[in-house]
Amino acid sequence: MNSSETHPLIEARDITLSFGQTPALRGAELAVQRGEVLAIMGPSGSGKSTLLHCLAGILTPDSGEVWFDGRRIDALGENARSTLRRDRFGFVFQFGQLVPELTAEENVALPLLLGGVRRAPALEQARAWFERLGLDGLEQRRSGELSGGQAQRVALARGLVASPEVLFADEPTGALDSLTGEQVMSLLVAAAREQGTTVILVTHEPRVAAYADREVIVRDGTVKSLVAGRLAS
Amino acid sequence: MSVPLTLLGLLEREPSHGYDLKRDYDAFFGKGKPLPFGQVYATLGRLARDGKVVVGDVEPGSGPDRKRYVITDTGATEFESWLVEPVEAEPHLQTLLFTKVVLALMLGRDAEAYLDTQRAAHLQRMRELTAVKRDGGLVDALLADHGLFHLESDLRWIDLTAARLDALAAEVARP
Repeated sequence: MNSSETHPLIEARDITLSFGQTPALRGAELAVQRGEVLAIMGPSGSGKSTLLHCLAGILTPDSGEVWFDGRRIDALGENARSTLRRDRFGFVFQFGQLVPELTAEENVALPLLLGGVRRAPALEQARAWFERLGLDGLEQRRSGELSGGQAQRVALARGLVASPEVLFADEPTGALDSLTGEQVMSLLVAAAREQGTTVILVTHEPRVAAYADREVIVRDGTVKSLVAGRLAS
Repeated sequence: MSVPLTLLGLLEREPSHGYDLKRDYDAFFGKGKPLPFGQVYATLGRLARDGKVVVGDVEPGSGPDRKRYVITDTGATEFESWLVEPVEAEPHLQTLLFTKVVLALMLGRDAEAYLDTQRAAHLQRMRELTAVKRDGGLVDALLADHGLFHLESDLRWIDLTAARLDALAAEVARP
């Protein structure tokens, strides 16, 4: 599905992965272009989150290859993958992401602090996100003092604060009501586009997937690309 | 969309010229399908004949747009009862989608591929409506949401049907 002229930013080539006797991915293929917002859909247990984790270098496939920005990443050691995740990727998950002991602004600044930015400039950069995401005045709150939608926007700010090249979002609105979920999605996509971040989004909700540029369906561990009017590979 | 009742509703706000009614209808309800002037005046003519509107002040000049239409008690009562009546909860059991899936299975065609293509078409439309919500005002968003929820319920049906295709194929097969 890629032509030779377009180099995908991130790519899974024929990857398989089993958990014990249970195959989760069976020859999954996916190529995502720089700046694209892609939704990975599929029924529960289809392997969509496993695919996301393989692309992000969190899981290592049993066979096949994962490429990011011209480099094969599945064969890297854990330290190198961890650096890659910290420096070039951002993450938003469904819940339980904020460190409860830290204030909201410290949570947002975390990726910068871990990347070696000094505390004062890191917090300053973090604060800029509060106004952008409609979180003014909540900088000093701890996660227990935030609503679900506020906490998810803080997590989103943290995912984007270091201007990652790829934002991985696994069911980012799964724990929110539909109106709050739509606000989060709309902010997520707008902020990612503004800074040119590629988004790989796992969701089972069509209304969330509709914020993406295109969607693929994972079914029985393989990826189907859907194009309206015809069915691709 | 019921044009006569919608026009009655617009007249319930205030007496209006045909031109104003068309403008407001197109702005709120037309959405890419403007109401032809001919239909506006024909509808107003029928409403007048049936005693649901009357022509109020006729302004000097010529042409149909010098007439100002006023809703009558009969018109207001009819509009009111229409407005509060719930829309029929149509189960849509015999949709084209359903017919195509069953026919594909009966004929041994690839029903799953059909459902995938349909899913892609639905998601494409959902993306367009999501863009309308992003770029438009609240009225546009309200209308887009209505479409989105309907498309989403179709998609749930598509997913569930896709998961049951083998069993369905067995059920529609000839003995």
